[in-house]
Amino acid sequence: MESLFNGYDPVAFSRLLTGTTLFFHIIFATIGVGVPLMIALAEFIGIKRNDSHYLLLARRWSRGFVITVAVGVVTGTAIGLQLSLLWPTFMRAAGQTIALPLFMETFAFFFEAIFLGIYLYTWDRFKNRWLHFFLLIPVVIGSSASALFITVVNAFMNAPVGVTLQNGKIVDVNPWAAMLSPAAPTKVAHVLSSAYLTCAFILAAIAAWSLLAGRRHVYYKKAFKLTMIAAAVFFAATALIGDFSGKYLAKYQPEKLAAMEWHFETTDKAPFVFGGILTENNEVKYALEIPYLLSILATDTPDGTVIGLNEFAQEDRPPLYIHYLFDVKMLLVGMLVVVLSLFLAFLVRRKNKGQMYESKWLLCGTIAAAPLAMLTIEHGWIFSEIGRQPWILRGLMRTSEGATASAHVDSMLIAFVLLYIVLAISSVAVLIRMFRSNRAEDEMIAKGIERGGC
Amino acid sequence: MSVEQLGIAILWLFLFGYLVVASIDFGAGFFSYYSHLTGQRGQIRTIIERYLNPVWEVTNVFLVFFFVGLVGFFPDTAYYYGTALLVPGSIAIILIAIRGSYYAFHSYGFRSKSLYMFLYGASGLLIPASLSTVLTISEGGFIAIDNGQVQFLFWELLTSPYAWAVVVLAIVSVLYISAMFLSYYASKAKDSSAFEQLRRYGLVWCLPTIFSSLFVFYAIRSHNPEHFSGMLSLWWMFALSFVCFAGATWLLWKRKHLGLSFVLVILQFGFAFFGYGASRLPYLLYPYLTITDHFTSKPMATALVIAFVLGFILLIPSLYLLMRLFLFDARYVEGQTLKNKSME
Repeated sequence: MESLFNGYDPVAFSRLLTGTTLFFHIIFATIGVGVPLMIALAEFIGIKRNDSHYLLLARRWSRGFVITVAVGVVTGTAIGLQLSLLWPTFMRAAGQTIALPLFMETFAFFFEAIFLGIYLYTWDRFKNRWLHFFLLIPVVIGSSASALFITVVNAFMNAPVGVTLQNGKIVDVNPWAAMLSPAAPTKVAHVLSSAYLTCAFILAAIAAWSLLAGRRHVYYKKAFKLTMIAAAVFFAATALIGDFSGKYLAKYQPEKLAAMEWHFETTDKAPFVFGGILTENNEVKYALEIPYLLSILATDTPDGTVIGLNEFAQEDRPPLYIHYLFDVKMLLVGMLVVVLSLFLAFLVRRKNKGQMYESKWLLCGTIAAAPLAMLTIEHGWIFSEIGRQPWILRGLMRTSEGATASAHVDSMLIAFVLLYIVLAISSVAVLIRMFRSNRAEDEMIAKGIERGGC
Repeated sequence: MSVEQLGIAILWLFLFGYLVVASIDFGAGFFSYYSHLTGQRGQIRTIIERYLNPVWEVTNVFLVFFFVGLVGFFPDTAYYYGTALLVPGSIAIILIAIRGSYYAFHSYGFRSKSLYMFLYGASGLLIPASLSTVLTISEGGFIAIDNGQVQFLFWELLTSPYAWAVVVLAIVSVLYISAMFLSYYASKAKDSSAFEQLRRYGLVWCLPTIFSSLFVFYAIRSHNPEHFSGMLSLWWMFALSFVCFAGATWLLWKRKHLGLSFVLVILQFGFAFFGYGASRLPYLLYPYLTITDHFTSKPMATALVIAFVLGFILLIPSLYLLMRLFLFDARYVEGQTLKNKSME
């Protein structure tokens, strides 16, 4: 990193620019994957129970969704082109090996874009309300499938399979096998479920915000309960898959697991290390150690063997500070657990259920949970990507070999940072104004559904 | 047909698709802003918004499709173009980003902000200009290989008459295609005042289109004689293109068969675009890169073609449905189903 301040280094700047674009894109991509599912859920319940509140909910969510889709589309186009502009040598190799999932991702995106356009403009066009609901299914499939395919590309970069190396060159490619790298199942599942989880939290936070502001309409209560139950379900799934990811790492990418746990010697009965500092002789000090837990996480048995970092050459090791990144991630997840437990506690205490919508603790916690969940996603990606260094294709190509040699990456970095700042400010401003100027209560009156569900 | 030729033909088709849908979109932005400036905003903007709202996200996909497919089939293009195009490519990305998002902010968020209208209108002309430089570069003469490093000769590009001819053609064609389509759409919507205005735009831009194409022809003769002689041997495609152009403008002049007129416009650009593409083969980047060297591995090419066919089985009916609902549905086009405008 010091090269960044001492002089021009296209590799460092390319990494920074790619990272910045992805950081920004992931926010909108996550919303793009998760929100259609939530809209579908609300519309389904609305039609099924003939409850206009849920239908209005779906409608208002989809209206805000368009704004985020626009930013997601343009930043997605940006990262798609930047891959070739910033990593030309890597993309030459990637073109031979993983063009297939990249190509399929654009198909999924195409499919989603077509049906989203139709869905948004046909709310009142069909007599049969299910027809309109069915239009959303390709949107949900398309958005989740594009996440699936693009994660498959990333999984290949972490665990390249389906290729044969000869004298450092990729000679023989099996495109279908390359898609099914061992990293793919856990990565895809984790990306999808955490995106659903985050979107449930975001929408819950919006409902909580209104409830906290003293708006007592049953519309907000329904919104809050629906999104929080969804969040609880997705959380359970995400946690389970996260555990699988740990086992995957232990088996296929042990250097990442070892670096994140500062596990130097290959041992059995390995402890889980939380916090602490690392001395110059790689000794862990002041850390909270939970005996056997790392072995249990990695192998399901307390005396399972976990491979240590010492088995790897110095130049092949990921940076050791990813330990802290993982700690922070676990802290964030812990806070989400607290919020969800509070909600479930209210939910099961049947006697005075209404209190849920008045509990300041729960509502404030939910509002905090949305950015925390998004941070966890960002954090998980940063952790995963830095944990793969120094490789761009693990074991095949180093990051420094993939980057461009162009002389202008630094000025492009500045230009894109400015662009993202402008887009972030304007999209937030537009969203806030969109919902402030047209409140749900007013819309219910305008649509004549006010008397319906109260 | 070899797999290489099939690959480039598929990709060229997608680039052509992008050319048509993006031109409509870019030109619409410009006309929308222009009519806003000249105070006739209400007239043609309703028509433009009615068409664009359900389709704007689809436009970008054609472009993404093209470059993802290009890198898939011809991985070396990433290496050569990627290194050379960092600056012009980034500028194009930024313009596309501003345009795409501000379109949405404008039409779903707040309305009639002059700044948004300006960004949207200006980018509609700058994006085709910046994207067309990629085609210019592919003709050779703007990239040098120095010690195995790809160098982009920016100054040569800036001072090349050929480059400027292409930029002018790109901008003029965008306005022409867009006006031709929108007049058809306005006539379907039975909106006669919007139609008259768009018809004027169409007629204004038809002559510059044909002159700038001739000028590009002329400029390519001195820039890349090999390509020029290739174009001469395919002269009949360009002749057909001109016949279609004459037919399209004649129909618009007569205010008759505007659907057919727009089909002729598509054919006009189709013949010219595919004639241009076929005559430059086998070069992807003259003279460094042809479609046969460094073609992707055989299994990957087969896999891509399979994915392509499967994808198309999915896409064609979906695109058809989209057009059925918003282009060929008289009630929608005339604005009758817009009573509560769905988004409102």
